[in-house]
Amino acid sequence: MVSNKRLVINTAWCKGCGICAAFCPKGALEIVDEKSRRKEGTDCILCGMCELRCPDYAIYIEESEEEAGDQWVRSY
Amino acid sequence: MGKVVLMQGNEACVEGALAAGMRLYAGYPITPSTEIAELSALRLPQVGGKFIQMEDEIASIACAIGASVAGVKSMTATSGPGFSLKQENLGYAVLAEIPLVVVDVQRMGPSTGMPTSPSQGDMMMARWGTHGDHPVIAICPSSVKEVYDLTVRAFNLSEKYRTPVLLMMDEIIGHLREGMELPEPGSLKIVDRPTVNHPDSKRLPYRMKPGQLVPAMAPFGKGQRYNITGLIHDESGFPTNSTDEAEAMMSRLMHKISDNYDDIKDVVTENLEDADIAIFCYGGTYRAAKTAMEVAREKGYKVGIFRPRTVWPFPEEELREASKKLKRIIVAEHNYGQMLLEVQRVAGRDCEIGFVGKWNGGVNKPIRILERIEEG
Amino acid sequence: MVNTADVRPKTKQMSNLVYKYMRPEHLPHIWCPGCGNGIIMRDVAQAIENLGLSRNNTIIVSGIGCSSRAAGYLDFNTIHTTHGRAIAFATGIKLANPTLEVIVIAGDGDISAIGGNHLIHAARRNIGITVVVMNNNIYGMTGGQYSPTTPKGAFGTTAPYGNIDRSFDIAGLAYGAGASFAARGSAYHVQQTINIIQEGIRHKGFSLIDVASVCPTYYGRKNKKGSAVDMLTWQKENMIPVEKAEKMTRQELKGKLVLGIINQTQYKEFTFAYEEMIRRLFEEREKDE
Repeated sequence: MVSNKRLVINTAWCKGCGICAAFCPKGALEIVDEKSRRKEGTDCILCGMCELRCPDYAIYIEESEEEAGDQWVRSY
Repeated sequence: MGKVVLMQGNEACVEGALAAGMRLYAGYPITPSTEIAELSALRLPQVGGKFIQMEDEIASIACAIGASVAGVKSMTATSGPGFSLKQENLGYAVLAEIPLVVVDVQRMGPSTGMPTSPSQGDMMMARWGTHGDHPVIAICPSSVKEVYDLTVRAFNLSEKYRTPVLLMMDEIIGHLREGMELPEPGSLKIVDRPTVNHPDSKRLPYRMKPGQLVPAMAPFGKGQRYNITGLIHDESGFPTNSTDEAEAMMSRLMHKISDNYDDIKDVVTENLEDADIAIFCYGGTYRAAKTAMEVAREKGYKVGIFRPRTVWPFPEEELREASKKLKRIIVAEHNYGQMLLEVQRVAGRDCEIGFVGKWNGGVNKPIRILERIEEG
Repeated sequence: MVNTADVRPKTKQMSNLVYKYMRPEHLPHIWCPGCGNGIIMRDVAQAIENLGLSRNNTIIVSGIGCSSRAAGYLDFNTIHTTHGRAIAFATGIKLANPTLEVIVIAGDGDISAIGGNHLIHAARRNIGITVVVMNNNIYGMTGGQYSPTTPKGAFGTTAPYGNIDRSFDIAGLAYGAGASFAARGSAYHVQQTINIIQEGIRHKGFSLIDVASVCPTYYGRKNKKGSAVDMLTWQKENMIPVEKAEKMTRQELKGKLVLGIINQTQYKEFTFAYEEMIRRLFEEREKDE
């Protein structure tokens, strides 16, 4: 998948409430050790519903100039 | 010479406020201050200003603070019950450093008390009414002319020191009608707060430049974008839990008033040069005290008057100095003894202190003060 | 001491919206995990972005309580006032300068208990401010006491045997008091809520948006409502769009919440009417002279 969008999870701000994972239409997120992360083998469609409902602004879609390529999920 | 007019104290308050630049009044009807609201409603739109009758006393002071935050000089007026209700937001204006004039036309209390009867029973509430330690500027006029002049001064002080100023009138002065000379247009000195007019200014909103009395204040929408809070805050305007920063802030709040005491103080004395007795009075009680002094002088008593027009901060040095030459100070006020406590605290030990109070809705007549002088 | 401009991280690590409209140096916020307030605060920022409002011309006013912290996080002219009085402060700001966009963010206790009087009178007066209520049905900041929107029978630390008070419908209360715009959103229904807030800000007159928040920490725990996810799921399943609700009976609507714009009417806005009066006075005076 070639895209200039990527999903970003800021684990420093994530409080692990689980809202993003519960309402992700693709079931592409999970909570591990009280932090949100991408679930292996699932398909994120970059719809941004997680960003809209994250009470802590810890997950969002980032658009960048360069193609995101394989690095489309970034976490810190 | 300015124009001479017949005016009521409450009316003079509004005219003085307009001259000082008041452009928003928020209030709620209450005797004996209502004329201030009525005349504000009439006069403000004539000069492009705004009047609003709010739903209650608390909303009135909150609205006036809001207007001041937006850069408009504002005022609210009330009487005892309303003054009680305004106390929380008064403290807010002290802490957040919002210029504002609050008028209390005192009536007899406690509670609903005697709404049309004179009193000076809110003097200690003016000092300590809002919770927490805080500085206060409170002013007491004794004539219609003084109401006008001191309302202007109240606005000027509030702008200069970014603090609410209390104009402590009483029913006698509020409802008194007498002739007064209006100042010549343009003759008044009007002070405006220092402002910041760059929306994206990077300065810390509560940091002072050297030589400043207070940090400049950005009007919302026109100046620097910043945060205001009633929480103890640091120079950035955001809350802090640091005891050091809390101390720095509280200390600056206290010192901006105490360090500038000479500018804020206002004491009027009469015949103190040769006096061994002084009548301590303020506001409406001055009028009886003056007559008592004059009659006593005719009878050969060496009586003078010590009258603070700025009652808070209390003129400690001035009274202490004066008391050294006095045998007696007679405190005359319309309450059970409020400023009396301050006089007792401050006056020298060799000076005897007498009291003529009134707490039944009546007034201190000159004869009562005279009797106390003659008791010796 | 922190200067907003100096500590902005070089790499943002946050969305453009958050970077543009919030004060990142004060984030992450103090709200509990799963608190709906964070979602609602983002809705407000998104509505402002969609409308293209100027940051310098927009004023955020808050009262006291969990909701009130929003004023500190949002990068506008912000004022965190006293408990219940946000609308009264906002009234002064708007009247002093009607060109400002004044938005009040308040809690349910803040706006409908201690500040109830200001709410109904601002609604009656139709002053052009927008009130967004973060309604979590409880006093959160003080640890879970029942509020005017705590349902009858629900528990709070001050309702240990169940709340015997009846509860307020804040949107309905505002409508009853004459609000020219009264609506309800929810933490779950983000898109709809953003649209409603946008409409509320655009509306010329008093607008109130009662947004159902979730408080998993106090309300949820005390009342066995489960996690934040469970509470948002309740909103998903029990909030009825206003168009649909109009066709339903009272019985059918029992235990449900209506979502959407409940009332929108055009009346003359207060500060506009006041300035009209000033203009009239000036014109009359010119004629006389």
